[in-house]
Amino acid sequence: MIVADRKKIPEIRDMVKDHKRILVVGCGTCVTVCLAGGERETGIIGSALRMSLKLAKRENAVVHECTIERQCEDAFIDVLAQRVADYDAILSLGCGAGVQALAERFPGKAVYPGLNTQFMGILESQGVWAEKCAGCGSCRLGQYFGICPITRCSKRQLNGPCGGSRNGKCEVGENTDCAWQLIYDRAKSLDKVNMLESVAPAQDWSTSNDGGVRKVVREDQCIAGMGPKA
Amino acid sequence: MLIGKESTMNKQPVILAFCCHYCAYAAADMAGSMRLQYPSNVRVLRFPCTGKIEENYILAAFEQGVDGVLVAGCLEGGCHFLEGNLRAKKRVARVKQILAEIGVEQERLEMFNLSSAEGPRFAEIVKEMNDRIAPLGPSPLRKSDTHMEKGIANMARQAELAVQGGNR
Repeated sequence: MIVADRKKIPEIRDMVKDHKRILVVGCGTCVTVCLAGGERETGIIGSALRMSLKLAKRENAVVHECTIERQCEDAFIDVLAQRVADYDAILSLGCGAGVQALAERFPGKAVYPGLNTQFMGILESQGVWAEKCAGCGSCRLGQYFGICPITRCSKRQLNGPCGGSRNGKCEVGENTDCAWQLIYDRAKSLDKVNMLESVAPAQDWSTSNDGGVRKVVREDQCIAGMGPKA
Repeated sequence: MLIGKESTMNKQPVILAFCCHYCAYAAADMAGSMRLQYPSNVRVLRFPCTGKIEENYILAAFEQGVDGVLVAGCLEGGCHFLEGNLRAKKRVARVKQILAEIGVEQERLEMFNLSSAEGPRFAEIVKEMNDRIAPLGPSPLRKSDTHMEKGIANMARQAELAVQGGNR
């Protein structure tokens, strides 16, 4: 899932302070699961923003909240269309994709982010989320026994470990596991350590942040006349 | 559900006490039975457990304009639901952080732990909060006394519904 955390209230207040009617929009998908922008957090941030605006002498500002099932898909945003007409700004508690989807859908409204989108990751333990995928577009997890060195090695080394690996930890911090130690341990448990003896070629970064916005197109799923935007 | 004066025309701060049914609420009852004197400006809201108290409940209280909130749960290790009071402790800490971001004094919110047998301690806690909040002055968030009273009454109703739901 996409993991995010909330921005500080003063930052949010400063973004929206010139608006009179603000709609805080939560998202019921990833950010609900990572407890950053679901219905509950939307209520909390809405309440905190109302108080903050009042103390900033913006007493006439109106802040309301609502949460939709998914912000990153137009079909789910449709339910907002009528309601948004009554507001002059939207504070999105979706991820960066959600914020931009709302901005595209409502060109006449100011749209602001209420969260800092962090990464794609998993729930490591209750209340702790960890990054697991960099979305590089050329997955090599099969080669590394299910542990991604691009995301989890601090140096993104495809041939490791480096000299900074100590007792299973990375030199950048004692709380950071050495990805290459994890890869080695897993290879050992699968009895495939010999696979680590071959040198891995350089990553093909052309599938990552290269050449502008990436798109995935499934021609068989596209509807005639509604193909991908140019 | 409301203990204390209905009117806030006096200069005393208005304090909401979010009390656990199994400890602080019983302690408040005992304080009353013992005829103990404590500031009458505290309003007691009964919850089935402090673990039931969400962060937005506390924020809603401040948004209504109350001057202070005290959350009173069981002694640590003694929660009827095992760890509700420990969760409440973390939530109170998080709300304090949000209050600081907003610009509201964190001292207006505090969590206390006591057992149902500690009526005198309940009276002490209320006095302690009163003494702490009175010098801070009235909440800058209060629109009017009427608005606040309506908000408190509504919160009390919701808290009571939660208790009744839990006892079914």
